[in-house]
Order: sequence, then structure tokens, then C-alpha cells
Amino acid sequence: MLTILYFAWVREAVGKAQEEIAPPPSVTTVAELVGWLATQGEGYAEAFADPGRLRAALDQEFVSLDVPLGSAREVALFPPVTGG
Amino acid sequence: MIRVSVQEAPLDIAAEHRALAQSGVGGIASFTGLVRGDDGVTTLELEQYPGMTGRMLTRLAEQAAERWSLAAATIVHRVGPMAVGDGIVFVGTASAHRADALEACAYLIDRLKTDAPFWKREWQGGESRWVEARACDDSAAERWDTK
Repeated sequence: MLTILYFAWVREAVGKAQEEIAPPPSVTTVAELVGWLATQGEGYAEAFADPGRLRAALDQEFVSLDVPLGSAREVALFPPVTGG
Repeated sequence: MIRVSVQEAPLDIAAEHRALAQSGVGGIASFTGLVRGDDGVTTLELEQYPGMTGRMLTRLAEQAAERWSLAAATIVHRVGPMAVGDGIVFVGTASAHRADALEACAYLIDRLKTDAPFWKREWQGGESRWVEARACDDSAAERWDTK
């Protein structure tokens, strides 16, 4: 079971800030998770259609989308950060 | 001494400055980011990844303290709604040497823009849009990689 967090317009498109998900075994990387989430409904399709617009963190560390999910328990998906 | 705060409350720059001065060193450098009123923006809203923001800001301050001779470093970042002219972020560094204070301050604000999970949304009256990341922020952060 993975805790997935969404921020900014990703959160708005999905319609929730957080959910618990058990992706299929074929999903082993962040990019594969994004691809799978895109098939989970209309809002998901909108949020995850273009992985180039997304960034990710595994257990609160920034990662590129090609990394394996490994034993991560918390995955966050969001647009590029704009603080400061 | 490192102080990091992610807060809804307005920045109290005088208080942050006084606290940095208590380190008793030769100088303080600081940067304050303000809400810009460009393009009819009326309100800015800041969203964060709670938990991760504080850790990332603390890590940046620790990295700055390893790289430069600092007596103290402070990062305060606001979240929630803000009005035009309000402070969004305060970065302050105290050191016996001005070059260390100035460079560490520039490092912290440059890296904060790419390394801390905050997202800005601009309101123009009743309409809002998420602010897009800018390539110049990436290059400003990267210049510290090669030094």
C-alpha cells in the first residue's frame, strides 16, 4: 500500500490531496505509477497526461521519474516547485 | 545557530534581524522576497508539502553553514494567502566576514527556489493561476554546483 500525495494543480485535477493506493505489480517506477494513475479516471487523465510537467518525491526526497519505487511508503506528485 | 520556520504568520523582519545580531558577529546579510503586484495580482497563495519543507530548509541551512563561516542562519517562509507587498520569505545569515554572510545568503535564496516544495498561486480578483517554474531559477540554483 502506497500513500500518494498530490500538490498544486495536480491535487486540483485529481480532486483530492492524498490517497492510499495499491498499484498493480507491473508498476515498479515513479513513471510507471504516473502512467497507471493516468488511466484511473478523468481527473487523473488530466493530471498525469504529460509526465514532463510533473516532479516527484519518494519518502520526502526529490527523485526523477525514472527511479524505482522500491520500498517507498510515501510518493508525492506535483508540478515544478515555485517557492521563494 | 540555525532557525527555520514555515508559518502562516507575517514575517517579523526586525525580530529575525535582532535574533541574528545576538550571535555577536561582524555582520548580517539578508534577503526578503515580497509579493509582487504585477499583472493585476491581488493575492498570492502559497502551498507547501508539510514536513518536507522544514526538512529541506534545515538541510539547506546546514549546507550553507558547512560551506561558509556562519554564526547563524535563519530561513522563514510563509504559507497561505498573502497581500501584495507582504513578505513571502526571509533569509538571513550572520558572520564575522561579509563575504561569507553575503554569499551564504545568496546561496540560500537561490537553492530554496528549486529545493523546497512550495507552490505559488496568483489571484487576480476572483481568478487564479498556478505560477510556472522559471528556467532562470534553475540556472541560479545550479551556479552553486560548480563553485
